[in-house]
Amino acid sequence: MGWINESIVKVKKLVKKFDRTVKVVDNISFEIERGKITGLLGPNGAGKTTTIQMMLDLITPTSGSIKIFGKNVAQNREEVLSRVNFSSPYVNLPYNLKVWENLSTFARLYNVPNPRQKVEELAEFFDIKELLPKITSSLSTGQLTRVNLAKALLNDPELLLLDEPTSSLDPDVADRVRKLLLQIQKDRGVTILYTSHNMAEIEELCTRVIFLNKGKITDDGAPRQLVRKYGRKDLNDVFIAIARGE
Amino acid sequence: MKWHRVQAILIRHLYLYQRSIPRLMDIFYWPVMELLLWGFLTRYLEKAGLGGVNIVTILLGALVFWDLLSQGQRAVSIAFLEDVWERNLLNIFVTPLRVSEFLLSTVLLGLIRIVLAGAVISILAYLLYQFNIFTFGFYLVPFVLSILLFGWALGLFTTGIILRFGSSAQVLAFGFIFLIQPFSAVFYPVSALPQSLQYVAYILPSTWVFEGMRRVVATGSLSLPHLGMAFVLNFIYLGLVFWFFYAMFSRVKEKGLLLKLD
Repeated sequence: MGWINESIVKVKKLVKKFDRTVKVVDNISFEIERGKITGLLGPNGAGKTTTIQMMLDLITPTSGSIKIFGKNVAQNREEVLSRVNFSSPYVNLPYNLKVWENLSTFARLYNVPNPRQKVEELAEFFDIKELLPKITSSLSTGQLTRVNLAKALLNDPELLLLDEPTSSLDPDVADRVRKLLLQIQKDRGVTILYTSHNMAEIEELCTRVIFLNKGKITDDGAPRQLVRKYGRKDLNDVFIAIARGE
Repeated sequence: MKWHRVQAILIRHLYLYQRSIPRLMDIFYWPVMELLLWGFLTRYLEKAGLGGVNIVTILLGALVFWDLLSQGQRAVSIAFLEDVWERNLLNIFVTPLRVSEFLLSTVLLGLIRIVLAGAVISILAYLLYQFNIFTFGFYLVPFVLSILLFGWALGLFTTGIILRFGSSAQVLAFGFIFLIQPFSAVFYPVSALPQSLQYVAYILPSTWVFEGMRRVVATGSLSLPHLGMAFVLNFIYLGLVFWFFYAMFSRVKEKGLLLKLD
């Protein structure tokens, strides 16, 4: 059980400036422990998505370092990204392809040994088997979210970055997705970095949260611990207090 | 470079093509329309005794080569635009896929499109105008390869621009090729251009290909100086264009534009 406290993400003094002046991420450092669900929270424009995109080597940091599995992401992109995956409702799968075509394309990209079997296994898990022959554009938002999550598990990632995966889902579907995520984390020991504006959801899922505001880390700890520290009734009120600088 | 990733992107495009009539039309529609237009014109010139003995061969040969060039360019640019239109770029680039693998898959897609379009227009040209592109044996083959290389170079250049400036620049995918057409001596010799424009023409590999193609038709032999110049210029252009594309990709990553490309 030696891996339990192992940090698989190490972010040090990370800075991102756009147009040389606008500091979107301002000298942040944090680590993420293996096998835990960590929430990355903050108001719009806090720098959450930019941080995640830097972790995925989609945005080049201005300075600082990001190490995942002990390796610099930009220098070991291929190796790191083959063990990581990402899902966001704001990023589409090709909507003119059938669901199984999309999933098998991504399975090939990750060199999944038996793509058909893997797609079927994940389709079973996310209850999307009947959606496989359908054109992706014909799916509802909830169905798309589950297909996106299936895509995100194709390579059995050790680290999963989820950017507001339940936004725009109705409470019933959002609840199902949360249960699936908890099951994934429990069964596969996946480390998850999770962003959301739904604080009840964060309290349910995350063992730790990192608060970002105006590009800086303003707080970091277990949800209950932060609720106590700020003397508020729940994480939602803590969020408001931090966002307003109270 | 990993073949399974190149194959994945290629197959993803083929899935799209197999049931999309507009995409299939894009391969065949323009070449067939141009073949009809230019074919009937050359037939008229030939009957009126206005074009000399090789007018059909020269114009239809030029047309086939022009289509190869524009298909090569468009295939690369449109393959990239498909991912921009579907907001799928981010999903693709969070996988271990390398930029070079992505580009190779678009080039291979272009090759498939060219083989399909080339087969259809060669057959139609033979059936309608008794024009046989294989009359000149293998002498035209190296020129075909050279024109394809230039098509891909232009495709990568327009893709780099679209990558940097978003789909508002997508008109380049369809229109950029016509910018070089007047200077490439496609349907007339370079000598028909004013002296100052001839200098522009000679820095384009396409000019050497079209001039070389006409030389093959006129003399029945391969012109090595034309072929050599075409390949040398192509390799220079390809080198520059790869550098340009990687520079644009790096700039887009620096500015965080990959998610905002639409």
